[in-house]
Amino acid sequence: MGFEFHYASKLEAAVNWARKFSLFSYPFVTACCGMEYMSTAAPKYDIARFGAEFPRFSPRQADLLIIVGTITERQGPALRRIYEQMCEPKWVIAFGVCASTGGFYQNYSTMPGADQVVPVDVYIPGCPPRPEQVLDALVMLQDRIQRGEGYSQIMLRADQGYDVPTAAIRPTTRHAQAAEKAKEK
Amino acid sequence: MDTVASSRRIVMGIQDAADLETPDLPTEPMPLNMGPSHPAMHGTVRMVMDVEGEKITNADVQIGYLHRCFEKEAEHATWTQIFPYTDRLNYVSPMLNNVGYAIAVEKLLGIDKQIPERAQYIRVIIGEISRMTDHMTCLGAGAMELGAFTVFLYMLKGREWLYELLEEISGARLTHSYVRIGGLAGDLTPDFSERLTDILGRIRIVLSDVSKLLDRNRIFRDRMDGIAIITQQEAMAWGLTGPVGRSTGLAYDVRKDHPYLVYDRFDFDVPVGSVGDNFDRYAVRVEEIKQSMSILEQALAQIPAGPFMLNDPRVALPPKSETYNSIEAMIAHFKIIMDGIHVPAGEVYSFTEGGNGELGFYIVSDGTGRPWKCRVRPPCVPAVAIMNKILPGLFLADVVPTFGMMNMIGGECDR
Amino acid sequence: MAQVVLDRLAAQFRNGEIINVGSQHGNEWARIRPDAWTAVCTFLREDPSTMMEMLTDLTCVDRFGDEPRFDVVVHLYSVSKKHRVRLYGGVPEESPVIDSLVPIWPGANWPEREAYDLYGVRFKGHPDLRRLLMYPEFVGHPLRKDYPKEKRQPLVRRQSDSVD
Repeated sequence: MGFEFHYASKLEAAVNWARKFSLFSYPFVTACCGMEYMSTAAPKYDIARFGAEFPRFSPRQADLLIIVGTITERQGPALRRIYEQMCEPKWVIAFGVCASTGGFYQNYSTMPGADQVVPVDVYIPGCPPRPEQVLDALVMLQDRIQRGEGYSQIMLRADQGYDVPTAAIRPTTRHAQAAEKAKEK
Repeated sequence: MDTVASSRRIVMGIQDAADLETPDLPTEPMPLNMGPSHPAMHGTVRMVMDVEGEKITNADVQIGYLHRCFEKEAEHATWTQIFPYTDRLNYVSPMLNNVGYAIAVEKLLGIDKQIPERAQYIRVIIGEISRMTDHMTCLGAGAMELGAFTVFLYMLKGREWLYELLEEISGARLTHSYVRIGGLAGDLTPDFSERLTDILGRIRIVLSDVSKLLDRNRIFRDRMDGIAIITQQEAMAWGLTGPVGRSTGLAYDVRKDHPYLVYDRFDFDVPVGSVGDNFDRYAVRVEEIKQSMSILEQALAQIPAGPFMLNDPRVALPPKSETYNSIEAMIAHFKIIMDGIHVPAGEVYSFTEGGNGELGFYIVSDGTGRPWKCRVRPPCVPAVAIMNKILPGLFLADVVPTFGMMNMIGGECDR
Repeated sequence: MAQVVLDRLAAQFRNGEIINVGSQHGNEWARIRPDAWTAVCTFLREDPSTMMEMLTDLTCVDRFGDEPRFDVVVHLYSVSKKHRVRLYGGVPEESPVIDSLVPIWPGANWPEREAYDLYGVRFKGHPDLRRLLMYPEFVGHPLRKDYPKEKRQPLVRRQSDSVD
């Protein structure tokens, strides 16, 4: 993608700095990757040094949705509802290959990736990924937050009236639905 | 004049002492939904309960939110390709699933008595290490849900050492796929024995710290004692085995009653509870970790040198030097990988002691390189099924420690 | 090692309820006529020399191409006597109905729900026969051999260029 936004002000840079170092995560834990998520939060790999320590177990209080583990078709509506309950700006990390693409489960019950229902910012491959990979992905996400390139931040600019290329709009989001409706008219 | 009692009368509108004992408060039943994504870190399960005030009157536990179609995938994969799927069944004790599946297929092949002795000892060792990680995760997560966050950090610290050790021999921290049909994928590292002995010493310190924090802790005991009692008759009628079944007094452990691999050469006890409440389930697991450590020390002392894989060209891949240099070995390698090991037609139900109880594999083979049916008998399904029966009558806050001590692992329950 | 179970069954049921018995790889098994399912299982639990207190597993095998198509397979275990037996009850595809074992062992509740969910076998007398692992909107029985492995039935709206 890589389109650059100029900061409207130093205030926005400061706000993004604050956002990236105080992420409140909602760990949507389903499967084996949950064990590696626990290890990442544990003393040895310590996600607390990056500010993303405290999981808020209510989507209304969280801004980072970490989808940990396999998503099944049955789980789809619950995941969608939780994503919609979060306030913007919000970011999504798909933790593990099952959440990224379905992993090696290609069957009647596994959703081939969580991005079928929610727009994902960072994908972490691995089955399960090592905690170092998770921390690398977190730092990658923090860089994107600082630059204002998280998906939700781009869409907030679209809401404010800035020009956003249509290629940036992810399907299944309300912006895609609005764009489709505008095209039909 | 009793000022507390008088202020109560003013606030609650009570006329006399009798009202305090049985206040006539209006209640109405309310349906409450817990899950499928909830913070009790045990995977995804949905509990739909009817509550009156805080008391549960009816409970309906709904599983299936992690149904990843193990059986359907197994029907389309070769016998060796199923090992990664078995890893992800009970993902806190993956080696135990690997070993159980390998034993089942070896029984169908008829080679289960010919597995080299060193491979059998190593299977016991990695199995017991996995059992330790299973119990430590369960106890750590269960204690954290009751508020004892320090216990969680201590248990994860101990688990981390075991993960590193298993990573050295198998290459992966969590989903090892280390066992093969006929033996193992590789041998132990040269310093495995010293490292494991050192780690066991450190884990003993962790366990003693945890027991100082929890065993006589007033809050922990109040929330666990006498809650969710299961009787021995119920355990047998529902098919409960493993730590949950043994906590009720049912003295059934597959390693003692039907020894497999080399378990009959070790001297260990099987802890059995007496009351069948949450605290018994906790205590049985703590004691089982200690017994596992004792088995590990005996196994390390007795393990012989030798091959780690059966030298049978029907099941074992040829050594790489031959595969790259001789056409027969290359074809043998190709046939085993692409076609799969040809297992004779037949059916077998083979059972081992998993982390949660009797882990059974019922395998139906039609003679080709892929199974006709590969069924896992999940040991945690009866434990979750009995929740429908024991939750009514408990308070809402009792659901958390009860569910925590049942140790439902989503990968195994939903497969 | 569980030959005593097969002997007691042969002695008690002489009217053709036991179609076949055998022993393979250390497992003793018996094929039961489906209409005698409850009688045989009750006997195995009550009889003092078999004493099968525990039902370890209940599942179903799809013998696609053979008659009867579905084999309901039950594994029973005796904690006191330490012996096991496997029972087969074959039901045809047109009417896959067999008695439920829930009145005998309450632990059969969820395995029977799963067999209904994934294979379509109905259990007469089950208190609450509904899907266990799949969602109620799912159509079909996925573990049958004629259900394609990758046929998904999504619940939530998908991407426009999705594979299904």
